[in-house]
Amino acid sequence: MTKGMVFVTVGSTLFDALVEAVCRPECLATLRKLGYSSLVIQLGKGNFIPDKSVGEAENIEIEYFTYKPNVDEYLNSADLVISHAGSGSVFETLRAQRPLVVVVNTLLMDNHQSELADELAERKYLYTASPETLVDTLRTMRLDSLVPYQSSEPSALVTTLDQFLGFPPS
Amino acid sequence: MEEDEQSGMRWWTILLGLLVVGFVSRLVIVWMFTGQPRVTSKDSRKERSLKTLIVLGSGGHTAEILRIVEKMNFENYSPRCYIAAVTDDHSLAKAKRLEEEKAGDELKQSRFYRIYRSREVGQSYITSVGTTLLAMAHAFYLAFSIRPDLIICNGPGTCLPVCIAGFVLKVLGVRWVVMVYVESIARVRKLSLTGLLFYKLHLMDQFFVQWPKLQQKFPRTQYVGRLM
Repeated sequence: MTKGMVFVTVGSTLFDALVEAVCRPECLATLRKLGYSSLVIQLGKGNFIPDKSVGEAENIEIEYFTYKPNVDEYLNSADLVISHAGSGSVFETLRAQRPLVVVVNTLLMDNHQSELADELAERKYLYTASPETLVDTLRTMRLDSLVPYQSSEPSALVTTLDQFLGFPPS
Repeated sequence: MEEDEQSGMRWWTILLGLLVVGFVSRLVIVWMFTGQPRVTSKDSRKERSLKTLIVLGSGGHTAEILRIVEKMNFENYSPRCYIAAVTDDHSLAKAKRLEEEKAGDELKQSRFYRIYRSREVGQSYITSVGTTLLAMAHAFYLAFSIRPDLIICNGPGTCLPVCIAGFVLKVLGVRWVVMVYVESIARVRKLSLTGLLFYKLHLMDQFFVQWPKLQQKFPRTQYVGRLM
């Protein structure tokens, strides 16, 4: 039962706690048990560099890079995405229709990010965790109970704006 | 002699009073017309597209606002000017890519600017006084040289000085800048600090939020669906 690749991303932000949590032997073993065989990690501004040999010990191949403006290829080939709670990464993943675990940065002072993650988790589009609870979440989650996200249409907003500005409907 | 001085003082006081009254009434007029639909005759519509200033807020903010730009009819919204923070390496590149795809040859019309940020994450409050002044000055310089008809922004704080400068353009009568704010999709239950400030000060002509619950809390906002 090989499910392949897990894509881990902190976007362009600094969130070492997430990368560290994913690369702990306990977490790698859990992922292996769930059937995943490799990790690709976008490190963002982080300073923590994953140790590939820890992955080898758990039979998981680890790759990483700093930042790529376009991560579509990774999203599209991922079987699971573990992401920071930034709305950019979250919606990119949901629109690619990938199962998603959002890890909220509990160290951020103004923690409005959990607002979005909680709302979307309530609607069953994704799972949420913190770096401390990631392993538990991975163990207990049921990916088949997630609901596919329906991408929204920004046209309504533009139409409202056109009307307000006196432009004829196009 | 003394009487002369006194009458001189009196004149200055009257002049100053008139200036204050003039400024305050202008401010009231601007506030009264804020949020009113733009009046256009059928002819002027055709000839005049709107010079649009788009403030890219980095990360998810940029992704959201570019969803709006994607749907815009460029015949109406041109030329377009994009502003991003000096420290934001990715937003302008994303905007350029979209412009290349959508506008093609007309791309020459669009402009890309970088702006100083008032405060970086983790910066101390003492040094941020200086950087805030610098950011304000830079925003005023850009707003006065671009003189946009329309400013569209969606946070975070980067857009604050730009919008204040836009409002001053309005008050001074330099240009009637229509100002549009879209609260980020990440704000489900509360407005961001920037959003709250714009809301309380009645600075925006159009104020969109992306969750119905939030619209109910702030009745002068609009909900017309989400961007992502």
